[in-house]
Amino acid sequence: MSVFTKLTLSEFKLTLRDPLYVFFTLLFPLLLITILGNVPTMQETPPELGGLRVIDVYAGAALGLAIGIIGLQGMPAVLATYRERGILRRFATTPVRPTLLLAAQLTMNLATVLVSAVLVYTVAHLAFDVPIPEAPFALLLAILLNCSGAFAIGLLLAALAPSGKTANAIGTFLFFPMMFFAGLWAPRDLMPEVLQRIGDFTPFAAGQDLMTGALTGQSPEWLSITVLMGYLLICGAAAVKYFRWE
Amino acid sequence: MTVIEVENLAKRYGETVAVRDVSFSVEPGEIFGILGPNGAGKTTTVECVAGLRTADSGRITVLGRPAGDPELRARIGVQLQESELQDKITVREALELYSSFYPNPADWRELAGDLGLTAKLRTRFGKLSGGQKQRLSIALALLGNPEVAILDELTTGLDPQARRDTWDLISGIRDRGVTLLLVTHFMEEAERLCDRIVVIDKGAVAALDTPAGLINRAGDEQRIRFRPSQPFADELLTALPEVRELRHQGSRIEIIGSGNLLHAVISVLARDGIVAAELTLEQTTLDDAFVHLTRGE
Repeated sequence: MSVFTKLTLSEFKLTLRDPLYVFFTLLFPLLLITILGNVPTMQETPPELGGLRVIDVYAGAALGLAIGIIGLQGMPAVLATYRERGILRRFATTPVRPTLLLAAQLTMNLATVLVSAVLVYTVAHLAFDVPIPEAPFALLLAILLNCSGAFAIGLLLAALAPSGKTANAIGTFLFFPMMFFAGLWAPRDLMPEVLQRIGDFTPFAAGQDLMTGALTGQSPEWLSITVLMGYLLICGAAAVKYFRWE
Repeated sequence: MTVIEVENLAKRYGETVAVRDVSFSVEPGEIFGILGPNGAGKTTTVECVAGLRTADSGRITVLGRPAGDPELRARIGVQLQESELQDKITVREALELYSSFYPNPADWRELAGDLGLTAKLRTRFGKLSGGQKQRLSIALALLGNPEVAILDELTTGLDPQARRDTWDLISGIRDRGVTLLLVTHFMEEAERLCDRIVVIDKGAVAALDTPAGLINRAGDEQRIRFRPSQPFADELLTALPEVRELRHQGSRIEIIGSGNLLHAVISVLARDGIVAAELTLEQTTLDDAFVHLTRGE
């Protein structure tokens, strides 16, 4: 087994020992879908949603929530703590580079999102007849792009925050407005025009649009793709520039 | 061949000069100590040697290669201050994981045994005591079968028994042919373990010598205290060339002097039939030498 695989598995094991992480990334999205699925108004098909029911849109929102929690709160806090406690420094004294630990964290978090996605769409389909995505590859691409944007922001937070606690505080501060624009409280298409256009440029809203699009088999919006690639490139480059190992 | 060669090392952080001018060399199989007051530049020096920091100027070679050479990472073991692990990783998991980082790792079970960690293999890092964390940290530094081990404040936080056990372990490591660079502020530790010591003060070398050599530099003052079985005239002892000072401390007498002080004093007392009860002899220690060498102007 390669060192990278070992590290990733080790990160997995350690993460699964954190009940909060497991709850918010795997159980909470399911809980959200289950509760919302039982609300009668969620079965309605407002004309703005182009034939989809509200609950259909919320499957993506629930997954977006998991991605947001990981990208804005979980990962930056973990990485900043790794720096704060000298874990990255210890790596620097071994033949393994500390970058590999970051890569293992990212891989582990991405894998968690994919597991969460399978769970969310399976439960949503079986329990509430949310359609199986017309374009599964477009959905996978949407999830990957959503993660790229969110994780790049998370890396930048980890790079800039002096401690794990600060990283978590900033992440939480960003989390609520971003989730609002992504339509966690009210679907984007039901929002006033201005809020929708602002939302277009926030990462989770762009990700949400791509996921909704994949559900109905529309071709992906170039604006959403560009926005997410932009977050990936700009935040990613800034994270690389400002990341401190100690 | 010298194992570590440091020449005119200098390192500053912004305006703060951490190391001004430090040079020393470490021979194979040596236990070499770095001693100095807090903030003297000890840790910066070893971090430069370990390749974690780049020197502003000066030259450092380790095992014939420039410090920081990637090839050295598999050949040097480093134990840093304030370097922890994830709270939820168990001792066993950490040892297994870090073993896989090295091309030629030591048997981690054996190391865990040597460091008294066998009973703690299933314990998570966050639940270990300070001493156990420290011992795990030493184990991780030795996992790669290093040719050189750099240990920064290795016994800080250990209780006296654990400290002595660690010293035995360190001697054992040296017997395996590992060259050791120790940073410490425990004089007893330096005196017991180190073949040679460099004393760093305010970023520069204050002295470089064997522990005995350093003690000699501080002068060989000795102090004898005892309770005489009967009173006697001070002149009896102050007349001796070895005695510099005689003080009365209640029923006890303290004598300060040098050379063959103890023998001279006891001979005179015995001649007059005086018994020296509760006798203690204090010699200059590395502690005294350290204070002498690093006393601020």
